[in-house]
Amino acid sequence: MKTLNFRVILFAFALIFGIVFSIPSLTQSDEGKKITLGLDLQGGLHMLLGIQSEVAIESRIKSMAGTIKYLFDDEEIIFDDLRMLEGEKITFELLDEDDVTKATALLKKEIEGTILSANGLKFSLMMSDEETERTKKNAIGQAVDTIRNRLNEFGLAEPTVAKQGEDKILVEVPGIKTQADEQRIRELIARAAHLQLMAVDEDRIARVDSMSTAEAKSFGNVILTDVNTPQKYLLKAIPVLDGSMLTDATVGFDENNQPVINFTLNGQGAKIFGDFTGKYVGKRMAVVLDNKVYSAPNINERIGGGRVQISGRFQLSEAHDLAIALRSGALLAPVYVMEKRSVGPSLGADSIRSSSLALMLGFVLVVIFMVVYYGMAGLVANVALIGNLFLILAIMSLFGATLTLPGMAGIVLTVGMAVDANVIINERIRELLHQGKSIGKSIEDGYSNAFTAIWDANVTTLIAATVLYVYGTGAIKGFALTMSIGILASMITAIVGTHGIYQWILPHIDKNRLNFWFGIKTEGKK
Amino acid sequence: MEKSKRFGLLSVAIVILALGLIIGKGFNYGIDFAGGTLIQVQYEGKAPIAKVRDAIGTDKAYQGATVTFFGGEDEVVIKTKISSKNLGEDIGDKIRVLLKDTGKFEVRRVDMVGAKVGSELREQGIMSMLLAIIGILIYVSFRFEWRFAVAAVFALVHDVTIAMGMIVLFSIEVNLDILAALLTILGYSLNDTIIVFDRIREGIRTIKNPDLGGIIDESVSRTLSRTTLTSLTTFFVVLTLFLSGGEIIHGFSFTLLVGVIVGTYSSIFVASPILMWLGFSVGGFREKEATKLKREKEKEKMRAMYENGTI
Repeated sequence: MKTLNFRVILFAFALIFGIVFSIPSLTQSDEGKKITLGLDLQGGLHMLLGIQSEVAIESRIKSMAGTIKYLFDDEEIIFDDLRMLEGEKITFELLDEDDVTKATALLKKEIEGTILSANGLKFSLMMSDEETERTKKNAIGQAVDTIRNRLNEFGLAEPTVAKQGEDKILVEVPGIKTQADEQRIRELIARAAHLQLMAVDEDRIARVDSMSTAEAKSFGNVILTDVNTPQKYLLKAIPVLDGSMLTDATVGFDENNQPVINFTLNGQGAKIFGDFTGKYVGKRMAVVLDNKVYSAPNINERIGGGRVQISGRFQLSEAHDLAIALRSGALLAPVYVMEKRSVGPSLGADSIRSSSLALMLGFVLVVIFMVVYYGMAGLVANVALIGNLFLILAIMSLFGATLTLPGMAGIVLTVGMAVDANVIINERIRELLHQGKSIGKSIEDGYSNAFTAIWDANVTTLIAATVLYVYGTGAIKGFALTMSIGILASMITAIVGTHGIYQWILPHIDKNRLNFWFGIKTEGKK
Repeated sequence: MEKSKRFGLLSVAIVILALGLIIGKGFNYGIDFAGGTLIQVQYEGKAPIAKVRDAIGTDKAYQGATVTFFGGEDEVVIKTKISSKNLGEDIGDKIRVLLKDTGKFEVRRVDMVGAKVGSELREQGIMSMLLAIIGILIYVSFRFEWRFAVAAVFALVHDVTIAMGMIVLFSIEVNLDILAALLTILGYSLNDTIIVFDRIREGIRTIKNPDLGGIIDESVSRTLSRTTLTSLTTFFVVLTLFLSGGEIIHGFSFTLLVGVIVGTYSSIFVASPILMWLGFSVGGFREKEATKLKREKEKEKMRAMYENGTI
């Protein structure tokens, strides 16, 4: 009498493996690896963001211009007419021929990745192509890090922020409860948080209301409006310093108990800020955030220590989010929405309910059908099917895979298709039994005859599923994943597993009760 | 086999009809491929759809928007071609404001796809279809013969075209899930065809009569019970998915439903006759297979020896 064989042992292992590793997912316990529910099932916000990298390049040039001004002032190099042209080039003129060598050496040393060309005493500075590329790459990498930091600081559970393709950012935030939260999160992400301290052009500001943008530009100025009122300011386009020199930002309260944001500058920033305020006592300096003027106080005295305050009649939550954005750094380039999907938690729960129902119903139908049609052979196939379901869950749990709604559909479909292997095998066995072969021989030959068909059919389906996985996005990937896992698992359960079971129970199969075992109507046989 | 001509004509007629629909009426692209915004709103009780339409119409930007019931009577879906790049100003928020006097409601889903992403997704979709077909063509050529591969691909194109025709006929919105369904049909229909082809391959080796028509008839009828059974089990589960899987996967399950039916039909009546028309020669295949078979037999022998040794 044959005892346990390697196939049935393998199947038993697969079954135990499947049950053990799918328990954490089924019971939703906190311990162990489990399946993550997709945003369409648990609710949440999914966004694909694009990035305006040209803005990063422009602001890089702007900050270069600021550095040049500071360096020349510091080294007492006399210059004139420092401007930016079309956001891609800086031009300036030196007034003293003796400064040329000193200035060229200084720029070479302090500002990297640029091409300096001269025409007499007129100079122009451009970014090299490699530097442009690097700035673009940097902008997207920085945006990913910054958005991730912001979301983490906001205190959300497991947000995903990842670069997708060359120039896109994928943001997934599960578990958003209310619409207001979602809006806050979107605003937090979108916030450029580009902080600039800018000098007010006191000589010309009186005429600001009648001045055109072009005219302002010709003076090297820029017109910005107040954040709360329509009041306009004429500011020097090249900022004194920007948010890159900021080390910390916190929410505080002013004397009127209004929320304000206090921020601290690093050493270099504090020095620049101190020098500037010392030099321009009596004039105004504007605190500009994302191109809106928040305040423009008079400079009463030199301010050392690098501590600055922004007041702007904030809501407390707004001040809180703004401080996070400032702390995690400015976005080098603004982001925009290319795709956005948000699902409320109640819809997710509905989807889980209806797809689980479909899975259960489909499963029960197939199980009953198999038993009615094949008798015990159907039961064997059903055992394999159950094993298959557990294996899918276990494998997905182990890899921490995400289960989406199409993923559920994939599992449901697998239920229908996984029994296919057993149908093919059983048909073959029946055929051989009809030919009068012995039960043992029929089973063995049935399996080997059926194998090529099942193998080829599965491989071709896998090809389609793989293409779907590689080319699909988001939810579709989930469908391809569960289907692929289902096919692979069915190879173990439906082919090897059932074969093992037959070999194991072969001695008990009564050849006079083929109807019971294989659903064959023996009476009608010739 | 003698009936194959009639079925062939029927298939050609349906495919032409489907193509006519696809070209004439065209796909009803959903926001995934066309870009736009979809907002799903659930009301407490019956949704006041007329009021919703009026409320949305008050904003000029949304005058082209459509409002339809979704699933039950308590839910509506608002669709517009507009999409917004701005992170802060969301179309969902704006619609919420417009709807504030229409009753007690909850916005359950806001999907927005930019036009650029939409066209990218469409390109990707077509690419994935082509890639899948090419991959299958290569594999089947390798495992069988090129004529099998061509016949299988013809059957696939037949199934997918008819399924697409049905999608157009029933004005089902084409989104990513429909693409997934079509690719599944690809896999499924192929599955069926391969099983029949496998039998034909086996028949060529074992049946004495070298008449291809006879071999095909024999093989198709031998696999008929399996084809019907598997189709039935798959049909059951897809039907439950269609009936109780929820509104969101309605289009998906509908497409699959069509695919299962057409796929079964084509594997029996379409794929094999094409094999004949392509001038498949039984003799030539036998010769080629003879050498392969010899190798396989040796392998089998070894395996049998190995198994006898272990059990």
